[in-house]
Amino acid sequence: MGLLSDPNRRQALISLLTRLNAPICVVCYMAGVAWFMGLAFEPFTLRTYMSENAMGSTMVEERFPAGERALATGREFASQKNKVDGMPVDWLVKAMQARGLEVFTQRFTRTLPFPDENNERYMVKGTNVYGILRAPRAPRTEALVLSAPCSPGDNNNQAVGLLLGLAQYFRNQIFWAKDIIFLVNEHDLIGMQAWLEGYHHTNTTGMDWSPLQGRGGSIQAALSLELSSDVITSLDLVLEGLNGQLPNLDLANLFYAFCQKIGVLCTIQGKLPRNDWDSVSGYSHAVQTMMLMVMKQASGRPWGDHGLFLRYHIEAATLKGINSFRQHKTDTTTIGRLLEGMYRKLNNLLERLHQSYFFYLMPSLSHFVSIGYYMPAFGLLAVILLLRALDLWVQLVTPAAPTEDGVVDVEQQSGSGVLSVLTPLVISHLTGTALYMLPIRFQEMAVEHFPVSETEAVVLTAIAVYTAGLALPHNTHRFVSGEATEQGWRVLKLVAVLYLAVLLGCTALINFSLGFILALTLVPVAAFITPHVPKVLSAFVLVVLSPACTLLFSVFFFQELQEMPVSFQDGWLLYLSVISQGILDHFLYGSLVYPLIALMVYPCWLLFWNILFWK
Amino acid sequence: MAARRCSASVVLLFLCGLSVFVAANEQNTTPTGGYRAAEADSPRTPAEAAGHPAAEDGRWEATEVGDAAPADAEPDERDASRPGTTVPQPKDDFQEELVIRPLHSGDIYASFQFRTLWETDFMKGNKVSHYRLFPKSVGQVISKFSVRELHISFTQGYWRTMQWGQPFLPSPPGAELWVWFQDTVTDVDGMWKELTNVLSGIFCASLNFIDSTNTVQPSASFKPLGIDNVTDHRFLRYATLPREIVCTENLTPWKKLLPCGSKAGLSVLLKSEKLFHSSFHSQAVHIRPVCQDSECKTTSWELRQTLNVVFDLHTSGQGKREWSLFKMFSRTLTEACPLASSSKIYIDITDNPEGELFELTPATPLLSQAVLMGDRRTFSVYDLTQQITFGTMRSLNLLIRWKSSEGHMLRPLLHAERYVAGYGLQAGEIHTLMYNNHPYRSFPVLLLDSVPWYLRLYVHTLTVTSKGKDNKPSYIHYQPSKDRERPHLLEMLIQLPPNCVTEVTVQFERALLKWTEYTPDPNHGFYVGSSVVSSLVPSIVAMDTNSSLERPLFSNFFPCKEESSYFVRIYTEPLLVNLPTPDFSMPYNVICLTCTVVAVGYGSLYNLLTRSFQIEEPSPGLAKRLANIIRKMRGVQPL
Repeated sequence: MGLLSDPNRRQALISLLTRLNAPICVVCYMAGVAWFMGLAFEPFTLRTYMSENAMGSTMVEERFPAGERALATGREFASQKNKVDGMPVDWLVKAMQARGLEVFTQRFTRTLPFPDENNERYMVKGTNVYGILRAPRAPRTEALVLSAPCSPGDNNNQAVGLLLGLAQYFRNQIFWAKDIIFLVNEHDLIGMQAWLEGYHHTNTTGMDWSPLQGRGGSIQAALSLELSSDVITSLDLVLEGLNGQLPNLDLANLFYAFCQKIGVLCTIQGKLPRNDWDSVSGYSHAVQTMMLMVMKQASGRPWGDHGLFLRYHIEAATLKGINSFRQHKTDTTTIGRLLEGMYRKLNNLLERLHQSYFFYLMPSLSHFVSIGYYMPAFGLLAVILLLRALDLWVQLVTPAAPTEDGVVDVEQQSGSGVLSVLTPLVISHLTGTALYMLPIRFQEMAVEHFPVSETEAVVLTAIAVYTAGLALPHNTHRFVSGEATEQGWRVLKLVAVLYLAVLLGCTALINFSLGFILALTLVPVAAFITPHVPKVLSAFVLVVLSPACTLLFSVFFFQELQEMPVSFQDGWLLYLSVISQGILDHFLYGSLVYPLIALMVYPCWLLFWNILFWK
Repeated sequence: MAARRCSASVVLLFLCGLSVFVAANEQNTTPTGGYRAAEADSPRTPAEAAGHPAAEDGRWEATEVGDAAPADAEPDERDASRPGTTVPQPKDDFQEELVIRPLHSGDIYASFQFRTLWETDFMKGNKVSHYRLFPKSVGQVISKFSVRELHISFTQGYWRTMQWGQPFLPSPPGAELWVWFQDTVTDVDGMWKELTNVLSGIFCASLNFIDSTNTVQPSASFKPLGIDNVTDHRFLRYATLPREIVCTENLTPWKKLLPCGSKAGLSVLLKSEKLFHSSFHSQAVHIRPVCQDSECKTTSWELRQTLNVVFDLHTSGQGKREWSLFKMFSRTLTEACPLASSSKIYIDITDNPEGELFELTPATPLLSQAVLMGDRRTFSVYDLTQQITFGTMRSLNLLIRWKSSEGHMLRPLLHAERYVAGYGLQAGEIHTLMYNNHPYRSFPVLLLDSVPWYLRLYVHTLTVTSKGKDNKPSYIHYQPSKDRERPHLLEMLIQLPPNCVTEVTVQFERALLKWTEYTPDPNHGFYVGSSVVSSLVPSIVAMDTNSSLERPLFSNFFPCKEESSYFVRIYTEPLLVNLPTPDFSMPYNVICLTCTVVAVGYGSLYNLLTRSFQIEEPSPGLAKRLANIIRKMRGVQPL
């Protein structure tokens, strides 16, 4: 602190920072990226360990015997499903009642803002069926949830069969201390959303549902089961939920511990664990796994039915049975035993899962990167913005050129400066608001005038508004301040850089992956853009690094990571559907990525576009 | 104000029926005269000869005589079978009873009732020192703390009204204690505090956690059940501990209060390894003064110990739908408690008149009818004081074998549930749903909510709606909470329209506690006790209003004033609410971090504020300084 109170040394420090600003920024950017890539390197990560004492060991004797019977139930469910062409509500109610559960149903309807072409649904009407296993001598204060979606076609019949089998087996045990809710939800996430909103009596998305009749108190944990074959080769754990929320790491640890104990092959992001971390391929495998998690988390959408639980502070994960061509097969009894073990451990919980991390990345199931390790990567990127802001501030306060006349002149300039800063801010935000509002509002008009479907109309309107935004604001300031000054763009850039820093900082705190990906692309833009750089080249770079293009690259990159590369044509279609899904996620489940991009990030980026075309 | 008083008087009127054992109850209102007043110790002659087991074929005659009274099968030679009656201490009496109700779900409900009556006066200064059947520890508590009435229950589990119907005696999960003190007591709160600590010792329970933060004084919901018309709720204290866990350690002291302990009679069945292998377990002690006869000339103290347990079909291991005393309790009965004047087992066979639902062995010739919860129930009666009951095996093992299997939800006339709505740790909403399933009658209910202070209720958000319309409560008694001192108390009299759900909602804010106020497991959540819904529910059959009649113990607990309605009290689920909780594993980090920040921040700020900045003289060069030293030595003016 003596450093700052001494004017000479302060001056020296500031001049050092301004003189070496560009090299420091470059170094920081490199270091940030390198740090991030290093996170996947196994020696730098921590092994997972169980923090919750109540779930400490896997010392549970799993006895679930009835895998075959569960499969038979699944087949019966499938035939009933085909018979009624949808959810066999009556059959499920009877089946659950026969297993000694208290059974309730919930009806729900939802009209989507525009047709969802991926899932082919618009007016959704469905029924959730759930049965509650009342724990003996428990006062209905705590509950666990096991859910299986009733999917169209032949999917997930085995999951429902296993769910009913487990219900029957669990019902005969005396040791339950928490009620267990067995839920079969129709229309996957929409049904789950309806059920959760009904259970907590909230309505965040304007869905119609009938109130629930039976409850089990506060839900402590939930697992969602997806199983579409009689035998599986591996179980995949899905953690990413709405808005990039993750369940407590102990839930993943629990799954991993029981997989190890029972001998089930377990994966995360569909990637098998490997031991050769010191080889290049082993490292790239870990990077791929982690990048997949980052991409999924950044998307902010629920990647399984569990994703919606997280909003209610219920730790939840989805288990997906995968059947590939590997030799080692696992039968349903074993999966049942795995689930039994997990539920018995969750049943032992005295408190909500809270001991372990809520913010983490997983390069493999056995290793994790905690928030303390990954945040510096983002911090190194964010510090660039602060350095640029410092640089600009210094340039603004020190009379840069001796040609400046005097105090009066400066004040006049700052007076018009406020206006010249405010106008682009307001205009770019209005453009952002248009991007948020117009696609849904104008879909009917668009369908009338152009030969497109509603979904296409929404997506194309969004892209049109986005592109129109590029043309709009960069001319405006001249009308206001009359003349573009050096001072003007510096003030605007200072504001924009600080705005971006705050925006990215807040985003990264909530959803690190989204914040980091945005920082990767937007920070270089924010750092180098001035009105003096070559226009055409810079404009091209700016467009390439804009949020929309980031999304486009992410789509291709994600496909690449999943080892399902697509051609540009398919990629473009995928890109369009991703946009429509993003908008739908916002309206159906309350995902915040679309409004964040439309209302904050895009206007912020427009400010830099404005600076480029200042003169 | 006048309106308030008016509504209050309406409530009092409405509840008057519960409050008083009416002394002057005219005999001519009862349909038949074939009963005897329950003068506890006068040797009872059998009411009718037909009631005697000798009359094997007189099945229905035996029960039709006393419309509500059971077949009074007291043997004449009862005294002969009782050892110790030679001591001239004739004023006490002990009765024991077990009611078994097979439930539609295949579960089975067993309710024990033990009643000790003692004609004595603990109050008027006379020192009672000689105890016979009445437990001394309880008697001392009554006299020391000037207790008028004491009701305590320990319950593990939640009564599932939708599957099991109404219990004989309702109780909330956890521990519940409510006490009426004598109106001579001056320091009620002090007495209450001492009493809870003493009871905590007697029952080995954590009743000492009852303090002012969870004690309320309900104005209308809890009226004295014994002979007393005191309605000044200053002498009433009510508290629940929803978190209390009931186990063997609470059962043992409870059993010790019984005259026969667990040595003989029905109490041999009370083996904890079976009682706690069940879906529901509740034990209670009720002490109250009651009338000895219909004129209420003499009063006596009643100690009623009840134990309710529901055994679960599925977890009992075997898949067969079959219950026996041995399967339930891992014991059979061989004798009655020798000290008991009456010892009976009742089996509810109302739904099974022709034996088509289940089969009951051994069959019994005795039948009894009782009007219970607005319904006329038929019971098979086994009188344990009769040797013939035990048959040739010298042991009684009742066997109930189900013939059909059907488990459907019931629609009890009154049913309530409660939950917390909303998400996040800032605010929330408590929803209480009350179902009136009566097809055409509406009836009023009294809702009592006692909410801890750390949920700050927003009373302006209180809404009561039924069928989508606003339902204005006719009486509201609200006592706001004081932080760390007392809870919220909300009592409302609400009219439930027929065949619909009435929903009461109130929003709350979660308080941030001081860090020492958190429990050792703060992430478990904090409990909010059950709401209590008390109501007079319209009855299908005429209720028996004569309280002094000889009736089965299970049917005569709540006094009944009107023939057309009966009293029901139901409890909702307790709530588990998460409060904003700091990360308690972080204190060390937090302390280090804050100390560093404070030190650095304060230090530098102080430095900047207090230091005076001056332009420093450029220091002279080395040569100049050397020259100055030399000049100084020479005594010349420095440069």
